[in-house]
Amino acid sequence: MATRTQERRLAFLATALPPIAWVVVFFLAPLAIVWAYSFGQNQGLTEVDISGTFANYARALQPLYLGIFAKSIFVAGITTFLCLVIGFPVALSIVFASERWRAWILLLIMLPFWTNLLIRTYALIAVLRTQGYVNFTLEWFWNQGSWLMTLVGLEPLGDFTPLQLLYNNFAVVFGLVYVHLPFMVLPLYAALDRLDKSLIEASLDLGAGHIRTLFLIVVPLALPGIVSGIIITFVPALGAYLTPDLLGGPDSQMIANVIERQFKKANDWPFGAALSFLLMYATFAAIALRVYLTRGKPTADGHGI
Amino acid sequence: MNVDQVSPGGTEAAVKPIISFRDICKRWGSTVGVDHVSLDIEPGEFFALLGPSGCGKTTLLRMLAGLEVPTEGHVLIDGQDMGDIPPNKRAVNMVFQSYAVFPHMTVADNVAYGLKIDRVPQPQRADRVQEALELVQLGQLADRKPDQLSGGQRQRVALARALVKKPKVLLLDEPLSALDAKLREAMRFELSQLQQKVGITFIMVTHDQNEALAIASRIAVMNKGSIAQLGTPSDLYEFPASRFVADFIGSVNMFEGTLIDDKPDEATVACPELEPHRIHVPHAVLGQESSKVWVAIRPEKMNLHKDTDAPPSVPECPAAHNVAKGEIKEISYLGDISIFHVQLANGTLVRISRPNRSRFDQDDFGWGEKVWVSWSGTSPVVLQG
Repeated sequence: MATRTQERRLAFLATALPPIAWVVVFFLAPLAIVWAYSFGQNQGLTEVDISGTFANYARALQPLYLGIFAKSIFVAGITTFLCLVIGFPVALSIVFASERWRAWILLLIMLPFWTNLLIRTYALIAVLRTQGYVNFTLEWFWNQGSWLMTLVGLEPLGDFTPLQLLYNNFAVVFGLVYVHLPFMVLPLYAALDRLDKSLIEASLDLGAGHIRTLFLIVVPLALPGIVSGIIITFVPALGAYLTPDLLGGPDSQMIANVIERQFKKANDWPFGAALSFLLMYATFAAIALRVYLTRGKPTADGHGI
Repeated sequence: MNVDQVSPGGTEAAVKPIISFRDICKRWGSTVGVDHVSLDIEPGEFFALLGPSGCGKTTLLRMLAGLEVPTEGHVLIDGQDMGDIPPNKRAVNMVFQSYAVFPHMTVADNVAYGLKIDRVPQPQRADRVQEALELVQLGQLADRKPDQLSGGQRQRVALARALVKKPKVLLLDEPLSALDAKLREAMRFELSQLQQKVGITFIMVTHDQNEALAIASRIAVMNKGSIAQLGTPSDLYEFPASRFVADFIGSVNMFEGTLIDDKPDEATVACPELEPHRIHVPHAVLGQESSKVWVAIRPEKMNLHKDTDAPPSVPECPAAHNVAKGEIKEISYLGDISIFHVQLANGTLVRISRPNRSRFDQDDFGWGEKVWVSWSGTSPVVLQG
């Protein structure tokens, strides 16, 4: 007869094995293969000889690629910063909105998730291009202004030159912020929602204004949420591929675009694999930083993590 | 004699109230939270706002702190109209019901918070923090984090944090509700000690009448957004002005009746529940004769007598008045007192409490025993309307 412990072990194995198998077969094994590739070199068109060479990593650390890494980190960093600056007030306003409004605002935040990224990006092109809505609107104001100038007897403003809003670094950051904002808002909202509102009232009561209450009470207590938001935004932004591909100009390529080129056009899998793993190590470093930053910090509801 | 009293303005000593509510209303849409409340609180009082939940007492307190804005009326602190003055500019501090101790700061940093905001220089700040912590007996725990403290200790941090700012008035929102019974008892005593020591006005919100009676020097009983009665604890208990107050404070036996005789020095009330006996009081009720009244009698002001043929005689009272006959249906023995539920002939249950002065008193009356109930003429409170 099976003892209780044995029964428990059996139940554990029965429930845990399928997901473990899934992760091993479809994630860890391919990852290991790619990892092995990164130490190999091309043999002919399709063969890869895993020779244990570090040549791919040496090449990946050349100034050209390091520059692209640095640029990707910079773009992802700017994106994350903008998401935080825009997302924090948004999350705060959701927390303090009335019950009914809160559901609607949250729905609005989540709505883009239900639309394909490609469609959202093309929609952004329609908004930003020279014949897009932004430029149409600006042109209308320009023409009205021009008309007003002639009305008061001044020289008209002349022809409207549409702004170049697409195919440059601005468009990439704009697109990345647009895509990643919900990733920032949701963890911030979760952290702020748990915050005991009487802590804010106590701070006001003790003489602090709203700004000091925000920086001395709200931000420190929401720190785990802020760090989560930063990681959740920064990691996918760092590996962004579609946005810089569609919205960026010739100088806006990020590391994911370079990796894609190695796997496809250049047909250099070993080098692409090395770049991929360097990107992954950068991501690990970011996550390790999160653990380090939030270590032992109390969360908004006053308990440790 | 105080020289100030002899002022040309009037003969009364004009104590300037530290807090004045002037015709305050608070509405949210069609919901009325506070309904035309006017109230003056004098310096040095330990004042309690007492009432059931939703009576508007917390809203009143929060309007004082500036955390709610009145829809109508004025709040004055030390004679100054608070108008649009935000909470951080008011000379009052609050101890929140949840204590609201900042979890990311040590005990000392919590207490120092308000002083840092006020830019009190360091050596002075440290002294005041230490002083405040010693006042609430937390001197040893200055470096602890709030999650290493018990509920009672966290409350002390909240107290020290508010008192260190030397407010004109300390506001306490349900200060004892989160503590366990024993600690609550101890904290009651400690709060009034603390108030006497620091000498500032305390205003406490509570739904617990025992708490209010035990600590407060004056109480405003609130009901449905208005003040039902204002007075000292004994005023409210012995001379309730309405059925609500009589019922809310302590327990009471309430009889509906008709005023059948109202003379300058005595009055008689006939209650269907007590027939054939009537209630006699040695004072005028000043009501219309044959109008409907309620008579409230406290359980400890009623006496039990062994069953006899004739009703027991009540001193200074006409024969067969202020008595009722019944049967003991239930006895709750609480140690210091016993509570008897006596059922009258028509089914009405009367609650009588009786101190167990000797160790054998609880054996005086038994379950199912037929008894007489009596009360003196000064015990009933006759309430009109």
